[in-house]
Amino acid sequence: MGKLLSFIQHQDGQVAGTSLEALKGAQELAATLNHSLAAVVFGLDTAPAELTGVRLDEILLVPAPELATYSSEYYVAAMDAILTAETPVLVAGHTYQARDWLPRLASRKGRPLISDCVGYHQDGELRWVRQIFQGKISAEMKTTPGLVIIAFQAGAFRADDLGSGSPTVRTIEVDLSDIPARVRPGERFQDTRDSVDLGRAERIISIGRGIGKEENLKLVQELADILNAELGSSRPVVDYGWLPHDRQIGSSGQTVSPKLYLAVGISGAIQHQVGMKNSGCIVAINKDPNAPIFEIADYGIVADLLEIIPRLTTALKEHQGS
Amino acid sequence: MKIAVLIKQVPDTQSVLKINAAENWVVEDNLVFTANESDTYALEEALLMKEALSGEVVVCTLGPERAGQVLKDALAKGADRALFLRDDTFSQLDSGGAARVFARSLKEEKFDLILLGLQADDTGDAQLGPMLAEELNLPHVTLVVHTELLDGRLKVKQELEGGWFQHIEVDLPALLTIQSGINKARYASLRGIMAMKSKEIKQLTAADLGLNSSDLMPDQTLQRLYLPPKIKETVFLEGAPEEVAAQLVEKLAHEAKVL
Repeated sequence: MGKLLSFIQHQDGQVAGTSLEALKGAQELAATLNHSLAAVVFGLDTAPAELTGVRLDEILLVPAPELATYSSEYYVAAMDAILTAETPVLVAGHTYQARDWLPRLASRKGRPLISDCVGYHQDGELRWVRQIFQGKISAEMKTTPGLVIIAFQAGAFRADDLGSGSPTVRTIEVDLSDIPARVRPGERFQDTRDSVDLGRAERIISIGRGIGKEENLKLVQELADILNAELGSSRPVVDYGWLPHDRQIGSSGQTVSPKLYLAVGISGAIQHQVGMKNSGCIVAINKDPNAPIFEIADYGIVADLLEIIPRLTTALKEHQGS
Repeated sequence: MKIAVLIKQVPDTQSVLKINAAENWVVEDNLVFTANESDTYALEEALLMKEALSGEVVVCTLGPERAGQVLKDALAKGADRALFLRDDTFSQLDSGGAARVFARSLKEEKFDLILLGLQADDTGDAQLGPMLAEELNLPHVTLVVHTELLDGRLKVKQELEGGWFQHIEVDLPALLTIQSGINKARYASLRGIMAMKSKEIKQLTAADLGLNSSDLMPDQTLQRLYLPPKIKETVFLEGAPEEVAAQLVEKLAHEAKVL
């Protein structure tokens, strides 16, 4: 029986939600493949609270001081030392941190990494499912025999479904003292104090690249005023400097769950969906009928947003006046 | 500074995609191809550094004959020369194989810096950068949104999740993957387009790079493509703009009850 490993990312002992979701995927996978399952935690000498009571065979703690804060070179070296010939699968959440070090680890091991994985099929052979073309198409991947590294996309599994158990805890020593510190991270910081907490907003109108030019923001602002909604945005609008960073929704911005989310000219790439797919009612207005946002929208309008928005403002005024 | 920039040619993100009959890729016949967006920011950052510090910018791509266009565009914007990794056997490469091919083609040149976008807009693997860094034994930083050259090393700003950032010092030579927002990519000038014609595009095949079939064997292969299942049954509203707007207000007020 092989041993399946699930990597647990944490910040100062606080486990990342995406890691717990990936752990749920790992539990299912371990059952499917009839493997034992261990969670691996770097830089801590006690198990994080989130893992006690979770169905795992063991929790492996790797407390080496070099792992106390994230660094790709130490992480790759430590995991390289831990992986044994009996490990068929290493699972992690597809976070920005995972994107930074897992490819390097895969290269060192000469083995594949399936990034942004949303699930798997076991149908005679194991096939991994991931999304390509920014979520417009799903792809089934096959790997050669041996270790495979899987990074599960945020939301691919539900952390609140984690099976329960009582894992044993084991500490592993790794010696990283010979590894030169070529990459030296500083403190984490936020650019702008989040003046707008979109996480509390009940209604959000979010604009994307499809808005075309900055002048068109005025139309959306009028609609937002009538709707009593906050303005949000996808990444390009912030990159263009049309809205400040604290309006950005998605993996590099805020996570929101308003009652109403109106996505205007947003295609709905994975990175944006991560931040808004738990909204109550999702409305999407987009010219492209194949935009991934329509996969999660309750109501869809395939049209030029510049034609729809002013009329929507008018219709809402009438509704409020009636 | 001697800087290499990797650029991938991808279908334009606005493309309407159709899955081919073999269900293993999209139909490419009517697609418009363009440079991968985040790679264009990588090129811009390299050109800005060259303008500030002098040096050389070498652009490099791997792909079919049509991919040569991204190199011409980059040369027209101001890159000095280009490497075109062009071999029919390269079409089967996975990220690991591509990293080995790029590593072989860049190794002897001893670049101070290698830049590329954070991910390709077609396959979205986001793997090549760190893999290439590993193959070349260079330190790397991903998702870079600002760079500043210090004495023999770089200070970069890395984007983390949820609106957080981090400054990182990295020794040179190094590899960075570039996130959007770092700069605004320039257009080629007429003078640049004229100058491009006299710049070198060197083609390299697998044999030129001393690579054999086992170096190129993929460890992951795309088996089947399909349209993702819908999570929700989207109700599409149709008609003239006024009608659609009225319908939506009606639905939001009485069906979804969010007004």
